[in-house]
Amino acid sequence: MKKVIMGNHALSYGAMLSRAQVIPAYPITPQTQVVELLSEMCASKTLDAKFIKVESEHSAMASCISASAAGARTFTATSAQGLALMHEMLHWASGGRHPVVLGNINRAMAPGWSIWTDQNDSLSERDTGWMQFYCSSNQEVLDSVIQAYKVGEALMIPAMVILDAFALSHTYEVVEIPEQDKVDAFLPPFKPEIRLTPDDPHAFGGLTGPEHYFELRYKLQKDMEKAPALIEGTGLEFERLFGRRLGLVDEYKCGDADLLFVSSGTAGYTANVAVDLLRDEGIKAGNLRMRVVRPFPFETVRRILGKAKKAAVVDRNISYGHHGIFYQEVKSALYGVKKAPPVFGYITGLGGRDITPDTFKEIAAHALAKDGPDEEIVWIGVKR
Amino acid sequence: MKKDKKMTLTLPAEELMSPGHLACQGCGATLAMRYMLKALGQRTVLCIPACCWAVIDGPYPYSCLDAPIYHCAFETAASTATGVKAGLEMTGDTETTVVAWAGDGGTFDIGIQALSGAAERNDDIIYVCYDNEAYMNTGIQRSSATPYGAWTTTTPVKHFKDRPKKDIVAIMAAHRIPYIATASVSHPEDFVKKMKKAKAIKGTRFFHVFAPCPTGWKSRPDDSVKLARLAVQNAYFPLFEIEDGEKVTINLKLKEKKPVADYIRLQGRFRHLSEAHIAAIQDEVDARWARLLKSC
Ligand SMILES: Cc1ncc(C[n+]2csc(CCOP(=O)(O)OP(=O)(O)O)c2C)c(N)n1
Ligand code: SF4
Ligand SMILES: [Mg+2]
Repeated sequence: MKKVIMGNHALSYGAMLSRAQVIPAYPITPQTQVVELLSEMCASKTLDAKFIKVESEHSAMASCISASAAGARTFTATSAQGLALMHEMLHWASGGRHPVVLGNINRAMAPGWSIWTDQNDSLSERDTGWMQFYCSSNQEVLDSVIQAYKVGEALMIPAMVILDAFALSHTYEVVEIPEQDKVDAFLPPFKPEIRLTPDDPHAFGGLTGPEHYFELRYKLQKDMEKAPALIEGTGLEFERLFGRRLGLVDEYKCGDADLLFVSSGTAGYTANVAVDLLRDEGIKAGNLRMRVVRPFPFETVRRILGKAKKAAVVDRNISYGHHGIFYQEVKSALYGVKKAPPVFGYITGLGGRDITPDTFKEIAAHALAKDGPDEEIVWIGVKR
Repeated sequence: MKKDKKMTLTLPAEELMSPGHLACQGCGATLAMRYMLKALGQRTVLCIPACCWAVIDGPYPYSCLDAPIYHCAFETAASTATGVKAGLEMTGDTETTVVAWAGDGGTFDIGIQALSGAAERNDDIIYVCYDNEAYMNTGIQRSSATPYGAWTTTTPVKHFKDRPKKDIVAIMAAHRIPYIATASVSHPEDFVKKMKKAKAIKGTRFFHVFAPCPTGWKSRPDDSVKLARLAVQNAYFPLFEIEDGEKVTINLKLKEKKPVADYIRLQGRFRHLSEAHIAAIQDEVDARWARLLKSC
């Protein structure tokens, strides 16, 4: 069935079709519609789940974690300040190996108060041990929730499905709502090996000395390293069932490109439009949209960028005192790669300033005019 | 032939806590756990935040309890218990009792927001605060449960705690939850009886348990039960319950209150107090007791 829905509702439908069982949530702009629809679904029994109206995001994640420990599939959604408030518990979810799925609407961090998009909220949680899926369409949002459970529960690692404030959260698009029985065939019920129950009493997460802790973290990383293949594999399985591919990255005209954009989120869709406009002007551009950032798809990025003549990484985020976060990541992935192209780094669109095809054209003009980068950050669209 | 003399046990014989735990000698918090589990039985899940009890049950991979434990973040005892209850119910277990078990710091201070949220929603959990009147796990710093006059490492003798203990029971009563009780490790029969009563009630149930701590109170380990008993007998920590936020029942009526000085003088944390300070404490205890009597 096709429906015209907003990005936030794509998250709700994703959780519903995945048969989430416990949904503790707290409202924040621009996420509210995600939980409003879910509470409606729970009240009308369209979804057999417990919707817990917690008093904060910190409690939302704490309840997700413990419900997951008890063996339930859990979902929540938040944004910016809410995600930051969860920070301690994000570590708890991954460290405790609880495959919670969280929808995060990318919103700029205060102060000053902003409700508009940028990626500093989710990228600040990059190192918490969560998988991160960045989406560029409402369809991808819905599909990614289902895939996140499939991969997360196989590895016992939590996952964030991330979408831009307003540019996606409040934008209506046509979305194919998959049939429930097909989703059930793709995603069986959550059955963790060990769970919190008096039938088999264990102490979870107790005092762990230097003789054990290190190995627990080693295992988390080893399982995270299995995730890229599993994301590709489940992405193909998803394609067979639903006709839509969910890979680590999205390639657009990369094969013969002289200039490759590296992009993410809705800007990653705008980049495709810019690629076509540039090609009309005779410039062979291409776009590599990063869909998955954790685990970082090293092999894929090296394979695709290794063939490019120049790369322009577009960051809607910043690591103060360093530079754009995707820029750092891409450069580190290319370290030691023979014939790696010159990689330029651009920061644009912070706090929800529009990123348009012209933004990419400006970036292309800059990158094509130089042999290689001569500054770490090229600011696009900032008023100085 | 002499008639057989039978001893009747006033507490359940079942032991869900084994020896070999990591608490200090004379730890009241350990007694509290032992009695609670006797009342609730094995079909109990415990949510334990950072506190002495995060350590007492033993390091990974050991545990001295036969009930499952989820060790949770400091401020999340209540929200963790809420999640466990929901998770168990959604996977078909509606019987298991879910307990949040936290210290006074985790309850009066950092965890009060989550506790208030769970209580306002009337989530189906038992929340037990074992109160040793300071942050003991981190080395005896004051909490908002530390009483007037007490020394801690952050309320040194030169500037001892000059504010009274927060009235957590009144705060919980204001949430109008179905059941609230105070209990003491010196009165296990009363504790077990009320815990069993609470087990049969649905909704948020709150226990405030007095748990002496020889390490933090600078008292003798073999005085722990005595101190707890004195605190009940002098109305420093009276035993009562509140149903639906309104109906107050005093479980142990005191014909005659013992003076608080006997209790105070057994503890090094109060050593610096003058007669005048102790008289002020006595006045405060008398006033609280009068208020409690009036509320019944
Ligand atoms: C967020 C956070 N802040 C601080 C701490 C450090 N901490 C661990 S236990 C504790 C005190 C616990 O006091 P209480 O709840 O009274 O339990 P007790 O140790 O007295 O048994 C503190 C401050 C922590 N674990 N987490
Ligand atoms: S410090 Fe006090 S509460 Fe903690 S284990 Fe020792 S006696 Fe018990
Ligand atoms: Mg304490």
